[in-house]
Amino acid sequence: MGLFSNLLTFRGGIHPPTCKERTNHGRIEVAPPPSRVIIPVAQHIGAPADVVVKKKEKVKRGQVIAAAKGFVSAPIHASISGTVKEVGPAYSATGQRVECVTIESDGEDAWLEGLLTDRPDYMELPPEELREIIHNAGIVGLGGATFPSHVKLAPPAEKPIHTVILNGVECEPYLTADHLLMLERGEEVVAGLRLIMRVVGAKEGVIGIEANKPDAIRHLKELTKGDPNIRVATLQVKYPQGGEKQLIYAVTKKEVPSGGLPMDLGIVMNNVGTAVAMFRACRYGEPLTERVTTVTGAGIVTPRNFLTRIGTPFGELTELCGGFNGAMGTVINGGPMMGIAVPSLDVPVIKGTSGILVLAKEELPPREYEPCIRCGMCVRGCPVQLVPSALSDYGETRMLDELEGYNIFDCIECGSCSYVCPSKRPIVQFIRYGKREILAERQKQRDRQAAREAMAKTAEVAA
Amino acid sequence: MADEQTPTPAPEPPPEGASTPPVVEGSAAPAPPAKAESAETAPAERSATAKPAGDAADKPAKKAKPEKKKKKKGLPEKELVLVGSSSPHVVSDETIPRIMYAVCIALAPAILVGIYCFGLQAVKVLLLTAAACIATEAGLQRLMGRKITVIDGSALVTGLLLAMTLPPSAPWWICTIGGMLAIGVGKQLFGGLAHNPFNPALISRVILLISWPVELTTWMKPGQGFANLGVDVVTAATPLGLMKEELIQKGSIHVVSQFHLMDGLFGLNQLGSLGETSVIALLVGGIFLFYRGYITWHIPVGYVTAVGAVAALFWGIDPSRFAPPAYHLMTGGLFLGAIYMATDMVTCPVTNRGMLIFGIGCGILTYFIRTFGSYPEGVSFAIVIINGAVPLIERWVRPRTYGHNLSAAS
Repeated sequence: MGLFSNLLTFRGGIHPPTCKERTNHGRIEVAPPPSRVIIPVAQHIGAPADVVVKKKEKVKRGQVIAAAKGFVSAPIHASISGTVKEVGPAYSATGQRVECVTIESDGEDAWLEGLLTDRPDYMELPPEELREIIHNAGIVGLGGATFPSHVKLAPPAEKPIHTVILNGVECEPYLTADHLLMLERGEEVVAGLRLIMRVVGAKEGVIGIEANKPDAIRHLKELTKGDPNIRVATLQVKYPQGGEKQLIYAVTKKEVPSGGLPMDLGIVMNNVGTAVAMFRACRYGEPLTERVTTVTGAGIVTPRNFLTRIGTPFGELTELCGGFNGAMGTVINGGPMMGIAVPSLDVPVIKGTSGILVLAKEELPPREYEPCIRCGMCVRGCPVQLVPSALSDYGETRMLDELEGYNIFDCIECGSCSYVCPSKRPIVQFIRYGKREILAERQKQRDRQAAREAMAKTAEVAA
Repeated sequence: MADEQTPTPAPEPPPEGASTPPVVEGSAAPAPPAKAESAETAPAERSATAKPAGDAADKPAKKAKPEKKKKKKGLPEKELVLVGSSSPHVVSDETIPRIMYAVCIALAPAILVGIYCFGLQAVKVLLLTAAACIATEAGLQRLMGRKITVIDGSALVTGLLLAMTLPPSAPWWICTIGGMLAIGVGKQLFGGLAHNPFNPALISRVILLISWPVELTTWMKPGQGFANLGVDVVTAATPLGLMKEELIQKGSIHVVSQFHLMDGLFGLNQLGSLGETSVIALLVGGIFLFYRGYITWHIPVGYVTAVGAVAALFWGIDPSRFAPPAYHLMTGGLFLGAIYMATDMVTCPVTNRGMLIFGIGCGILTYFIRTFGSYPEGVSFAIVIINGAVPLIERWVRPRTYGHNLSAAS
């Protein structure tokens, strides 16, 4: 299919139906501030933030309610003004129970005084200061990975960055949040890209967009016309084109070394939504308290795109979409390929919630699976050139050495293998199980070694 | 009241290694999800938590029904049941039966040529062999107390493939025993679909050939019409058989000069197994399978090219003793084997490079068995033997994972 296409792409990959036509037109609607928000303190990869507010305390929008703990962490801000009603564990959209701050709105929706400042000369600020602003604004990767952004923007001196790639691929089926963001806030996307380029000192900027968003490609090309340092790359429509490693390969034909980071190649990649958030933080002093998210799926009456506050319960947004049409089965935080099924409609929108997808029961994979018939479709579909059929067999039988021999830790869990499998094997689940078992086994070995050493020491002392 | 009980630790997300993730039902009530209780503490009625199955599961299901009408108002109802799922949450509509029946469709052109050439004899062989395979599969699965899966079409494919490798004049008992051997020894003995190391149809054919060489090498001439279902069909030798005979008796080959390329291509006037004679018909089906993504080019191209290359080499050395490449390509079961037998998913490698090596290995071995072995035809033996080498090929040949051996990549 893609054999004669001259569009940029990676090796492997699959072609699930994109299902984007429901929401890829119209505008991003501003969801009214909710009467209650539930804000988890762990919305990013790294250490959870420390809660700094108490029950019954009054907070304003933009106020820090949990402070970053360590370098790889991010602060959390109140997304509405009101009263802290509860601090305690609740389900997050990741399906885990984590510490959450529940705020009840006072109806005023007032920003913290003195927070918002227009800084037209933000580009003149030194990179360290910009990085600090981004860190304090609580910005993390909004594409779904939620890695704290300031960490990405602080490469060590021995790894100079020459290229910044903005990820506007949005290869997950159903999701259209980034697409509409590029259309409506193209200027901010480009400003965000220039900002990142300044912070990391990169000469080249690339915005990667899949070919199924021609309007966004046109718009951003128009906006970057005359800037020799920025180009828009059109990518073949293929999943997972927006995977970090895949997009880097598609754009540069270089591979991130196994276990390494894009910065090893002199590249920094950020989602377009993250770029907008960074721009708004540096220019207007706005911390991350809202994001664009797509509410869609067969189970939703009127699918829409919302600019919504972090902490808004899923149920409120689905209600704004006219509720469910009876076909509801699973509610997913994110897209159908890598999203997480949530346990309840009370879970809140978090920084990584790129979409709320409601799938009908019939759309879900069957629970029964057959043995692997070795058809090789997963091998051809794997975007990192693993042998998923072998990983699935060895995962099922818990053969850990074999799993490591087949590079299990290079799996990005994109789900392409499970998607194409004619035997409907839950390959990704077997791989996740395998990874966890190997890590547990390594820990056990370490513990044993430590115990042995401790024993030896005691013996020495005794002697 | 269940709501007043102390919140118990919520159920963990489904274990990722679990084969079938348990259904997670979550409360959609305005109450925070902390109120969700485990199945043990919340007696049936208001329970809204993880519960794989069982009596208690019935109740929320019943409750959910009347709520459906209310849902239309757009408000999440109190005990809305969410289904747990692990990513990816959608899958393609590809299934094993879909693949198997596609193979049946792909085989149709060659089967039709076979029926056109060999008439009711061919129909008899096809029906008997397929029926024997299906019956054996169902019978053995029943005997073992396993789920009967003949509906998936894999036994039918095995039956058709086996029939296509048999002489059109094969007696009924050869067909029946062949079908039983293919499924019984070739497949179920190893554990059923996906567990057999060797191609079941070819294992069966090899056993039949060794056990009943006369019946397996008596070839009826094509074009004897539909009337002739008796035993007195006119028989002759296949091109490869003739060649071997002549080579043994006279030390040189002349039959080759009498061979017409068109006979091999269209197969309407050529002797051979039921479904192997028409290269064109086999190619048509092969292109269909390729288009559907069920086979790749690696095995067929590797196989045919290897046979052609080795044949060219020997022909170049001594054309009086070795047949030209075209003769080898257009005769025997080469294309049937290369497109449909060697590409059997279960018994060939999964990686592209592995498949290429596998195909080339089959090709070289086929030529050597044909030319230097005691049997005139080598495809079945070659594929079965290389099937045995697949685990070794898999061990040696692995794709270069993204980000590994980067020096080798550039």
